Order: sequence, then structure tokens, then C-alpha cells
Amino acid sequence: MSDRLYAGTRKGLFEMARKRGAWEIAEAHFLGDPVTAVLARGGVVHAALDLGHFGAKLWRKDGAGAWHEIAVPTFSPKPEDAGDDPHPWTLGKVWNLTSGGTDGRLWAGTMPGGLFRSADLGDSWSLNDTLWRMPERRKWFGVAGGEQPGISTVLVDPRDPAKIRVGVSCAGVWATTDGGNTWRNINKGMDNEYMPPEQRGDPITQDIHQLAHCAARPEVMWCQHHSAIYRSEDTGENWRELKAAKPSGFGFAVAAHPRDPKTAWFVPATKDERRVPVDGKIVVSRTRDGGASFEVLSRGLPQRHAYDLVHRHALAIDDSGERLAFGSTSGGFWISEDAGESWAALDARLPPVSVVRFAA
Amino acid sequence: MPRVFFTRQLERFLAAPTVEVAGATLGDALAAVFRANPQLKGYVLDDQGALRRHVAVFVNGRPVADRKGLTDPIGADEEIHVFQALSGG
Repeated sequence: MSDRLYAGTRKGLFEMARKRGAWEIAEAHFLGDPVTAVLARGGVVHAALDLGHFGAKLWRKDGAGAWHEIAVPTFSPKPEDAGDDPHPWTLGKVWNLTSGGTDGRLWAGTMPGGLFRSADLGDSWSLNDTLWRMPERRKWFGVAGGEQPGISTVLVDPRDPAKIRVGVSCAGVWATTDGGNTWRNINKGMDNEYMPPEQRGDPITQDIHQLAHCAARPEVMWCQHHSAIYRSEDTGENWRELKAAKPSGFGFAVAAHPRDPKTAWFVPATKDERRVPVDGKIVVSRTRDGGASFEVLSRGLPQRHAYDLVHRHALAIDDSGERLAFGSTSGGFWISEDAGESWAALDARLPPVSVVRFAA
Repeated sequence: MPRVFFTRQLERFLAAPTVEVAGATLGDALAAVFRANPQLKGYVLDDQGALRRHVAVFVNGRPVADRKGLTDPIGADEEIHVFQALSGG
């Protein structure tokens, strides 16, 4: 079980540690700077900053050493024949950082939709050119809060690091089985409510808020989509809507149990038009039967006049599947040590939380 | 030679001292700065070499006209100031 976690917020990175059975803020890093992605594995911590004036930056901390700035992904000069590309060839922000499964390999999912790979823990990066140069990418479109499409999730198959599924907001799920040399837009079975009728089922129009997979059974994937919750049993090729979701199917975040392919957690909200918790009550919903039914978990969570929203990267689970944590746009932060049955609030008023990750 | 001043806000992240550089255009002058201080480049320019959207640059008090091509001429004794534009909350 992990005794350390990180919350990236609009104004800093907060490191939390479990001491004598309670969680507390151990240290604030980058205070004042927006943090958009965090990865903490094997004693190495990466933090992506989105400096409003000076662009996206990446920093790394190796063990007990000091933070130091490392390379940030950059796009090559935009060629003449790409003049009609609707999206900029300039890094907007690093939206997630994922371990590539082999020593030193990292993936960075970004806005405006570039997928970058590092082989040296972020000392250098290269754009995945085949995905970026696919003609279909010009159909990708922007997400709430930004005009640019963004890679919201990168899932690397724990059994084979060449098999990767990428979730895009908005462009559906993209798959490679050869480490990124070729890509396919998969995700059949999704349906959205925000496109004209003839395009509702088109895979490339699907807004993938977040994907998660069961680490022990990675063919089982979960998706918190803009319009519903979906589950796949074939690594994202075919999806089935989980209509039993309650109190709503809308939300941003999903966490999958690392070993039980039938268990996942979500943080639902009143759908779309009004993005606040249903009835002003913050709850976590959990299924333990593959989505046939959902439990609404509320013990320890505010149940009166709570208007916190939880963004897609702001719900985390540790490798044990017992500890979860989430932070809200209102700076609320809650931790569970019993798989979501009960929650304890962190004694702090954080800036708006964008990303939460346990140290692994 | 032109002198280039940088907002002190940058000192939180990296060293950006005032420097004197040769250069007949803004692009030439900044390129000379970045040759000596490569890390600074990404703080001022975007991936395509344009001024970042929220970076403001003045030459002897005039806001630069060509934010993409950086072709504004620079006189031998002029001052270039690199600031952060006002934004955020």
C-alpha cells in the first residue's frame, strides 16, 4: 500500500504522506504554479507545469535530490503543406505522464494532441509522428476549457509495452500493437449526445474523459465518457454502456481495481449542462460486478451544499486497490483506505485540484 | 550593442540576467541570447519560434510588431525588454 501521494493543483504540487494513520501535507512544491500532470514511480517524481506566460515545463526529482528542470516535448517546425491543420504545432500542456513499462520509458499525452515518448526518464522526447501525421487527426476537436484536443489517457499493457491504448478528448480511443508505428481508431459501441444524429456513433467523435484498465487483466477497460460510462472486455474494441450507473452517468474520472476486473470507481456529477454533484452531495460510485449494479458511497463526504467537481485526472488508486484519493475544483480533498467505503477529508483548503497520483 | 532585459519573474525558474548582444533584428538579438542560455529560449518562444502569447517584448518602449517572424529592426544602442503580459488570477 502506498503511504505517499501527490496532488497537482492550479497553484502548486502538494506532497502528502501518511503518518501515524493519518494523511497530512508533507511539502508544497512549485507553490503558485499550475501543475497539470504528475508521475511518481520508484522514487522518481515528474511534475508538468503550465506556466501561464512561459509555457509548459517538466521537472524531475530523483530520490532525495532536488527538483531540476528537464526537457519538455516540442513540436517540429510546421511544414508548408500543413498550413490547413486546424491545430497548432506548439505544445499547449502536458496532460498526463505514464510509465512506458520498460526502464526509463515514458509517454506524455498533450494538448494539442501530440503523443510523445522518452527513453531516458524525460531527458529527451520525440513526437509520435505516425499518430500526429494521420489525416484523421484533423478531425479531432477541442475539449471543455480549451480549444485544443487533448490526449487524456495513455494505457500501456503491463504484459506488452508495445500495446498501447490512447484516449482522446475528443477523438475516441486509438490503438497500437507495435509500440506506436501504426495506429487505429477503435471504440465501437459508444454513442454521444453532442453531435448531429448521423455522427453520434462515429468512433472519432467520442469524448473520452478518461480510460482505465485492470492491471492484472488489461483487456478489461473502463471509460468515463462525456455522455455515459462504458466497459470493454476486448481492450477497447467494443464497448457496452453501463446503464445502471447512479446517481448519474456523467463525470470525468474513473479508477479501475488493479486485480479485480469487475470493480471500478467513478465520481459522478449532474450531467453536462450543470457540472455540480447531484443534489449537492459529493459521492463516489462503485461497481463490483462489472457494471451490472452500482453502489453510492458517501460516508465521510460532504452531503449538503457541496458543489465540488472532480476532474478526469483527480481520482487516484494505489497498487493495492484499497487506497483511493480525489481532489476537487473547489480544493476539497478526500482519502479512503477501505476501497471507498469511507472517506477522510484532508485538513486543508487546496487550490483547484487537477491531478492526483499515489507514489508507486 | 543592444541590451536585453528580462522580467525578474523568470528568476524563479532560471537565470536570465541582462545581456549585451549583437543583432540587427529582434530575432538576431534573441538568438544570440539563447546561444549562451539555451534553456531560456522555451520560456520566451513557442515551438514554432514565435513569441509566446503571454510574453510581451518592447524595443525602446515600443511593443514589437512582428511577433512571429521577429523581424523588428534593433538599433545599435537600443534596449529590448522582455516582460510577461498581464493575465491570469
